[in-house]
Amino acid sequence: MIRIRVTLFLLAFAAWVLLTWSVHLQNICVGLIVAVFVSFMTADLFVPRQQNRFQIFRYLWFLYYIPIFLWECLKANFDGAYRVIHPDVPLNPGIVKVKTALRSDTAITFLANTLSLKPGTMTVDVDKEKGCLYVHWVDVKTQDVDAATEIIVSKFEKILMRIFE
Amino acid sequence: MNEAIGFGFIVMGIAFDFFGCLGLVRFPDVYNRLHSSIKCVTLGTSSILFGLFLIKGFSAGGVIALLCILFLVLTAPVSAHVLARSAHKFGTKLCKGSVCDKYAEDKDALS
Repeated sequence: MIRIRVTLFLLAFAAWVLLTWSVHLQNICVGLIVAVFVSFMTADLFVPRQQNRFQIFRYLWFLYYIPIFLWECLKANFDGAYRVIHPDVPLNPGIVKVKTALRSDTAITFLANTLSLKPGTMTVDVDKEKGCLYVHWVDVKTQDVDAATEIIVSKFEKILMRIFE
Repeated sequence: MNEAIGFGFIVMGIAFDFFGCLGLVRFPDVYNRLHSSIKCVTLGTSSILFGLFLIKGFSAGGVIALLCILFLVLTAPVSAHVLARSAHKFGTKLCKGSVCDKYAEDKDALS
């Protein structure tokens, strides 16, 4: 618990210093007080991951994940813009169910957030016990669970599996 | 040079934001509207802030813009997910042309 509090304090203090971007004494003092307050109030919510913090390949896979994510995000924007401009508004929406093999909280959060920003899909709910996500899909190509999993999830799941599991 | 690229990013961001807001008007129901708003507005606003960073450089405004990009990308999908989930729990129906609703089926099977 102490380690989590110290980590959280350092993160909050770094964010404060970057946000104010000055090294005056009064700014630093206020930052210290706020960072201590934040680290005591929210340490329970922080997700602990002791076992795999020093495995360097996880960070390399995360660096590989960022450009793929940005490219999907850009494609999503052009897709959305096309659907808006088109005179008929081409939509074929529905909520489908997909499976995921990820188990840890951080990995499922990242997967849900990525699905929300990739073209045509948005996470509506997560069922952690059964390991499935309910995804709102603008252009439903298949209603089958496995086929939808193959199309929507599998590409990111492989990378996230290497990063977080 | 940096300023020219920065203004390019800002123009691109404003265009994406405009399409996102247009989607809020044109799409039929709350879920599709969330789609358009969350995607276009996240990348649009991020690229406006990134253009600001390119113009300002590593000064107070530029670094704050970078931090805002980080917070925006982390929090915007979560808010969209919460809005969609609460809308569904409240009982908002999908729009007329919708194909399937597996979430409602599973909820009915449980209760």
